[in-house]
Amino acid sequence: MAKGIWIFAEHREGKIKKLTYELLSAGRKIAEKTGEEVSALLFGKGISGLVDSLGKYGADKVYLADNEKLAKYTTDFYGKMLSELAKKNQPSVILLGCTVLGRDLAARVAQKLNTGLISDSIGLELNNGQLTFVRPIYAGKAFAKVVCPEARPIMATIRPNVFVPGQPQAGRRAEVVTVPVNLEKSDLRQIIKDVIMRSSTRPELTEAKIIVSGGRGMKGPENFKILEELADVLGAAVGASRAAVDSGWIDHSFQVGQTGKTVAPTLYIACGISGSTMHLAGMSSSKYIVAINNDPDANIFKVADYGIVGDLFEVVPVLTEECKKLLATQ
Amino acid sequence: MKIAVLLKQTFDTEAIISLDSNGQINRQGINLIINPYDEFAIEEALRIKEKHGGEVTIISVGPPEIQDAVFQALAMGADKAVMVTDDALAGTDEYGIALVISKVLGNQEFDLLLSGWRAIDDGSAQVALRVAEILGLPHVNVVTRLEIEEGKATATREIEGGYEVIEVPLPALITAQKGLNEPRYPTMKGIMQARKKPIKKLSLDELGLDTAKIHPKVKTTSYFLPTPKPEGKIIPGGPAEAARELCRLMREEAKVI
Ligand SMILES: Cc1cc2nc3c(=O)[nH]c(=O)nc-3n(C[C@H](O)[C@H](O)[C@H](O)COP(=O)(O)OP(=O)(O)OC[C@H]3O[C@@H](n4cnc5c(N)ncnc54)[C@H](O)[C@@H]3O)c2cc1C
Repeated sequence: MAKGIWIFAEHREGKIKKLTYELLSAGRKIAEKTGEEVSALLFGKGISGLVDSLGKYGADKVYLADNEKLAKYTTDFYGKMLSELAKKNQPSVILLGCTVLGRDLAARVAQKLNTGLISDSIGLELNNGQLTFVRPIYAGKAFAKVVCPEARPIMATIRPNVFVPGQPQAGRRAEVVTVPVNLEKSDLRQIIKDVIMRSSTRPELTEAKIIVSGGRGMKGPENFKILEELADVLGAAVGASRAAVDSGWIDHSFQVGQTGKTVAPTLYIACGISGSTMHLAGMSSSKYIVAINNDPDANIFKVADYGIVGDLFEVVPVLTEECKKLLATQ
Repeated sequence: MKIAVLLKQTFDTEAIISLDSNGQINRQGINLIINPYDEFAIEEALRIKEKHGGEVTIISVGPPEIQDAVFQALAMGADKAVMVTDDALAGTDEYGIALVISKVLGNQEFDLLLSGWRAIDDGSAQVALRVAEILGLPHVNVVTRLEIEEGKATATREIEGGYEVIEVPLPALITAQKGLNEPRYPTMKGIMQARKKPIKKLSLDELGLDTAKIHPKVKTTSYFLPTPKPEGKIIPGGPAEAARELCRLMREEAKVI
């Protein structure tokens, strides 16, 4: 019989990602009701040092696959590892982050395991032993409650910033299960030719707690500097509307919206963005929305918690200075 | 080069979503469009064909209305289409749809499979990857640049914090992200030509699939709409004064900084 809650642990530059702790927290929430064990799957190279923190944040067990072949994510190698582990151990639930990696891996593994996958979940409920996931559809204009009644494991990807990581418990330790890595070169079809990382000290857009975003109102690429200054004071990521992207002011990987990234930070500061439905689609589930726009009728004010009707070129620099002062005195 | 493109018809991006008296998504009066990400896939297929020669086949599954989207893809320049419509498809999930598409592709010769990386309605981003898995194809997901050479595809895809360039042998699945290209509009000539292009319509029976096979793995138990947000606060005063007050509110009221 299927048993055990599994979460797929993501890490970067030798550190567990915050999202992984969020997944552990979601896993614990299920385990509390079902009495099952929570296991984290940790794949990579030179990563055994990360086991400890997974234990502290709620993993009972860590399946550790530490191998050169897993140094970089590839669908083929990671997919084979995860699906074979799942076939052997029959977990009842597998949770992954709704990230580039998580989405890629989850869909293929779900198919390998002949099971359902609930993408992009933003909530879960356990009613009468039935696990129900909540997910946005139509870009957040509606929500669906979804179950996977028969097929096992139940698989889901969970959006970043939805679950709150638990408090780490000093002395809490996970049992480590070392997973043998039997991967052949012939199993791999994706050859990674190049990886180009943007050198940025700012957080990744989809994971950021605060996002400072600019639209057509920025009027040119050089002006994004004032948003970057505010972002750096707040430890925030920078985002953009499609209008700013299509004008060539900022790379499209910064675009928020229906054809851009979906974000759910605790604070989203929209500067010179009118608030088209396509933009709102990507950011309306932000906890707090601030709008700075010189048009009092701009649609963005309908979703904003705080709005300033004014010229962003006058407002933003003062805001940056004020925040700097405030944060210096905390 | 034989290219197959997966196409889904979705609600217009501006559609207002409401629930009907049965608590289902109201489809009345909604404009239907090609999923915007699939348009990038169609455009890319056409460009590859223009460069390397070959043929572009559109594959779509859904209710009879999908014919409009299929027709538009043909008018953009695709050569032919296969449409699967069947009442028994109501309630299918990504698993079932992927099975149907794989069946269609199993009878079809192709070197490259293209699709949007996700559909803007359910946003689940699974069907294409499941199809690749069923057919044993490698894939590269969320691609913003694609280069096709003899027997292989080199694709640039977005990862968190940067890009990755990946090479896969053909046949392979590539899913399109915005940035890959600018989709063309159908021309008058394209629309005229599309009328003569073959659309093959299939039912599940004709595909050799029975309903039991596509029994959904996941089920939606209910839908609900977001609760309207209480009206926000417009902060009065000049720019400097308002900025100062905003800073205070973010700190003391919202507690977000
Ligand atoms: C299929 C499709 C998909 C799309 N996907 C997306 C998407 O993913 N993301 C997205 O953002 N858009 C998307 N769009 C585009 C969307 O419809 C809008 O065109 C876009 O969001 C507008 O961007 P904006 O708000 O920056 O520009 P505008 O609508 O031009 O708004 C600019 C705003 O800046 C204000 N402003 C100007 N100067 C100043 C100043 N000095 N101080 C303060 N305010 C100022 C103006 O009052 C105005 O409200 C999509 C469109 C389509 C058709």
